[in-house]
Order: sequence, then structure tokens, then C-alpha cells
Amino acid sequence: MLLIHCPYCEEERPELEFRHAGEAHIARPENIAEIADEAFQRYFFIRANPKGVTFERWRHIHGCGRFFNAARDTVSDRFLMTYRVGEPKPDLRKIDRK
Amino acid sequence: MAEIARRMSALEGRAYEGPGIALTPDPPASRLSLRAPEASLSALSKALGLTLPDKPKTAAADGSRAALWLGPDEWLVIDEECADLAALCASVSALHSAVDISHRNTAILVTGERAEDVLGAGCPQDLSPTRFPVGAASRTVFGKAEIVLWRIGEEAFRIECWRSFSDYVFSLLEKAAREA
Ligand SMILES: [Zn+2]
Repeated sequence: MLLIHCPYCEEERPELEFRHAGEAHIARPENIAEIADEAFQRYFFIRANPKGVTFERWRHIHGCGRFFNAARDTVSDRFLMTYRVGEPKPDLRKIDRK
Repeated sequence: MAEIARRMSALEGRAYEGPGIALTPDPPASRLSLRAPEASLSALSKALGLTLPDKPKTAAADGSRAALWLGPDEWLVIDEECADLAALCASVSALHSAVDISHRNTAILVTGERAEDVLGAGCPQDLSPTRFPVGAASRTVFGKAEIVLWRIGEEAFRIECWRSFSDYVFSLLEKAAREA
């Protein structure tokens, strides 16, 4: 079973306690009522879906209940790091990918 | 003639005892789902007569009352003598949410030298004493049901689960217990 480090519980917990919650660091436009349909579509529907390192929201739904962010490699399924909501997107070059 | 309704617990009459394991439904208790920011904790602790724990996976217990850390701003408060916990918090003016969930949950005591193994049949957490010591408490899963697990002794755990899940949780525990 995959173990995921919850930054609020401050330890690794089994994946069964977690739920995936989509791509991270997507800012809702502040003028959302004014933007064009194309811009809204890009914000609302279009996701990066990369092969390799991706940044995602996860929720420790059967644990502390908190949302947090994670950097995960979609090829190896390895969690590179997790961090609390509000913390900046980490620099990819500084993440240990081993 | 008027009929009198009798209140029955969700696990009325259920119990299991086998070599090294006992499963016992716990008598009714009062329970509170408490949400509060850090600034309110001292006032709430005073009202409840119990210091709300602020470390993950911990609990504070005093007499019949206990507070289990569930999340950074969330606690499960249990009183085995059925004290009105929500009323105790009502006098606190500091920001908080206190919801009485006494009848939502029911408790099962899992005791005996095989307690850890039997729980391991459905709970994916590492329950060895180094990772889940006496006094540790955590929301987690047991099979397909969400539970709150609290280690009350070296060989004793208390499971808190929703009463609608309790039949499933008890049956799965019993199945694991029978597989010696
Ligand atoms: Zn957590």
C-alpha cells in the first residue's frame, strides 16, 4: 500500500485514508463574471495532465480532514513531497526525484 | 393500553469472546463534535475541564471524559457518564462550533492480546505500540467504514463509529476474531 505523508498529521498514513482532489495551484480569476468564455474554459476545464511531475490537491478525508498539496510523479506514482495549503509551489529543481 | 417504547442500542445483545480477544459494545455515552480555532482552546478547555490536545494523533482523558484530536481544529469529546457537553460549551463566548453527536456514534471495545491483529484485519494504519502508543487516537478506516480509533491500553482499543455502520464494523471484527 502507498504511504502518503500528511503535512497536518505530520506522518505517513495509508493511501486508503486519502482522496485525490484535482490539480493544485489553480487560481480562480477575480473578475470571473467579466472574462471571455475561452478564458473561463481554460480556467475551468483545461488541466496540464503531464507525464512526469504533477502538482495535485489531496484530502486526508478519513484522517484530519485537511486538504493539502502534493508533488507526484505520474510515471512512477511516487509522491515526491507534500506541503500545506498556502505554501508556495515548490521549485521542481530542488525536489529529490529518486 | 399505552405501549412504552424501549430505547435499544445499535449493537444490542452483540458481544464476542474468543481466545485472546473480546469485542464488547460500550454503554451509551455523550459525545461532542467540537470545532474551534487555536484562540478559543483555553476557554473551551476550561469549560470542559480538560485540556484539548493540540498534537496530531493524541487524546486527553480525565475520569469519565476524554477529548480526541481529529484534525487541526477538530476534536471528538466523549463523556461516559453522559454529561451534557454541549451545555458546558454554551457558556463559552469564544468562537467555536459544538454539535451533540451522542446518538450518531456508538462504541466497541476491542480488548485482549490479539486486539492489534484483529483490528489489523480492517485498519490499514500501523498499530504497533511504537507508532500507535497507549493514548493515541485517530480517525481512520476499518474495512469500508470510517472509524475513530483510540488506544486506551496496551491491549485495549475503543472504536467509535457511526451507529449505521456499527453492524458492519462489528461483523467484520467478529469475523477477524474468529480467524485465530
Ligand atoms: Zn492528516
